[in-house]
Amino acid sequence: MSINLTLLIVMGVLYACGIYLILERSLTRVLLGLMLLANATNILILATGGYAGLAPLFTKDTDPEAYSDPLPQALILTSIVISFAVTAFMLGIIYRTWVLARQDEIQDDIEDRRVAETPSFDAEDDAIVPLETSEFAVTPANSSDHTHPEATETPKKAPHQEGGSA
Amino acid sequence: MNLANLSPLAVLLPILGAALAFLLIRHHTAQRVVSIGILSATLLLECLLLISVWDGGTTSVTLGGWLPPWGVVLVVDQFSSLMLVVSTVVSLAVLIYATGQGMADGDQEAPVSIFHPTYLILVAGVSNAFLTGDLFNLYVGFEILLTASYVLMTLGGTGPRIRAGVTYVVVSVVSSVLFLVAIAMIYGATGTITMADLAIKLAELDQGTQNLLHVMLLVAFGIKAAVFPLSFWLPDSYPTAPAPVTAVFAGLLTKVGVYAMVRTETLLFPGDTLNVPLMVVALLTMVVGILGALAQSDIKRLLSFTLVSHIGYMVFGLAMSSVAGLGAAVFYVAHHITVQTSLFLVTGLIERRGGSSSIDRLGGLAKLSPLLALLFFIPAMNLAGIPPFSGFLGKLGLLQAGVELGTPLAITLVVGGVVTSLLTLLAIARVWNRAFWRKPEDAEYPDPVLMTPGNVGVLPRTMVGSTAGLVVFGVALTVFAGPLFQVADGSAGIMLDRSAYIHSVLGDSVEVPPLAQPEEAQTGDAK
Repeated sequence: MSINLTLLIVMGVLYACGIYLILERSLTRVLLGLMLLANATNILILATGGYAGLAPLFTKDTDPEAYSDPLPQALILTSIVISFAVTAFMLGIIYRTWVLARQDEIQDDIEDRRVAETPSFDAEDDAIVPLETSEFAVTPANSSDHTHPEATETPKKAPHQEGGSA
Repeated sequence: MNLANLSPLAVLLPILGAALAFLLIRHHTAQRVVSIGILSATLLLECLLLISVWDGGTTSVTLGGWLPPWGVVLVVDQFSSLMLVVSTVVSLAVLIYATGQGMADGDQEAPVSIFHPTYLILVAGVSNAFLTGDLFNLYVGFEILLTASYVLMTLGGTGPRIRAGVTYVVVSVVSSVLFLVAIAMIYGATGTITMADLAIKLAELDQGTQNLLHVMLLVAFGIKAAVFPLSFWLPDSYPTAPAPVTAVFAGLLTKVGVYAMVRTETLLFPGDTLNVPLMVVALLTMVVGILGALAQSDIKRLLSFTLVSHIGYMVFGLAMSSVAGLGAAVFYVAHHITVQTSLFLVTGLIERRGGSSSIDRLGGLAKLSPLLALLFFIPAMNLAGIPPFSGFLGKLGLLQAGVELGTPLAITLVVGGVVTSLLTLLAIARVWNRAFWRKPEDAEYPDPVLMTPGNVGVLPRTMVGSTAGLVVFGVALTVFAGPLFQVADGSAGIMLDRSAYIHSVLGDSVEVPPLAQPEEAQTGDAK
């Protein structure tokens, strides 16, 4: 199988530009990059068909070698249609981002940023557990003031409130 | 046996349904009836297909009058028909759930009229990817389901969804381009794209070319399956979509990637050339995924990370390339589709009842809604692999196969699998303790919905019903695990043997074993 050098160079340039463009932060450039990648791939598929030849319409007494391979062309046609649909959809999304945020840039994931900034200390799991966890009042024998049940409630609430404010 | 000739209907019925649903775009009730009816009919058909190949037959259907090495073929075997049935059961449950949600919200939340046609096209794409025996047609199947998923992901066009949609679309398009490049190279190297023909012709190439093509295909499928270094797009993009959409994506889309990886590893490139890298990747996927889950406070994001993590188990089973390992992986895929989808559906219900899906805000749901707690508890324990459930059986099968293999790396993976399972339990227990067991007032930022005593937000019966149905289906997978494991092991045997697949496509006269067997033996000795 021989290879068409011009096609190959064009393909390489398209791939290089496409990859450069999809690394950009601007959505329109990303879209252009994706289109270049899709077209570079189409050229690659075309290159796998080998020599350019006659249109593959059957006529008697023609050498089978003289036809060009129809399958890559069918594949390219399908892939053009698919990339057309995806491009149209991307344009829709880009327009929508512009309408919503007045900017043409990829935005950060807020929740992801939040998780990344969360300290490793988790109030519920890592806070120091108060030693006395009994529900009953442990009153020193000599102090007779703390006999009301309400008195035991206040220290028990404390750790939760602490967690809430943290 | 001729039942398999109906298999193109599994793709055509949903597409026809989509067209009908699109015509009925102004008639919501008729649209619902059409889409649910069509999907039920598809499910019935796929059950018939599964029964016809239950005992291990493989049949192929030639489309368009072109004979196999040139035209497109659909192949029905145990693995593909099992995947079809499970995926359609899940899609049907999610469709009913989404219909319930649409009716309850008065179609305010999202333009549901476009939801039904798009959803049916997604199902058609998934069925096409499972059935096809042609590499380019597999690409088309992927594109059908991806394009439908782009629309579903950005349904309603709100800010967060568009943001997540951009990431998702760009990553998916890049992976599709990689796949297409791989197809072009394979065609250039062999002159065919029919998978059965490739199985014979790829073996004739020299080892370097084979490895290049092999790795390109695996990378393209790995992005779709969210295998570790290629998985970062998933937890970023899935959680923002509407609850039913996230559920069906989590259940189906990554598994289509896994399915394609299985076909690549067993049919196109048999042998164990890439088993070691695959095992390392599987281990990293499991551990990194679950550590990510532990850091999250949003249930949807947490579940997305467990999804990534559990893809690792399937890759592990695949990388062992033994009947036991692959069989367990097949069983695990079926189990995981069901369980992961039901968990996402339940999360949708939690969000509806509790007003939030963040475990910093939720609390006391077990008391407020015991049914919801039960619906969460069963699939959650199933996911973590607690003994009676199918998750345990699948993991047990994988671990046994790993121990049987006995290499140091396989043993490491067995240990990693157990650790991941325990960490999954920890992540799930965190959700359970916070969202269900503690008092609502104990939450860090309690949601007002939970604090008002009289306010009982009644969940729509259709949504609860479909979720319950899926949970019951998950339990049924446990109850009928015996026959299911038998089919899974049978399909693994057939896939590793390859001759049934190739013969059914190319005819019995093709000599497979003399070509395939020495190749396998050679690589086996070399390792």
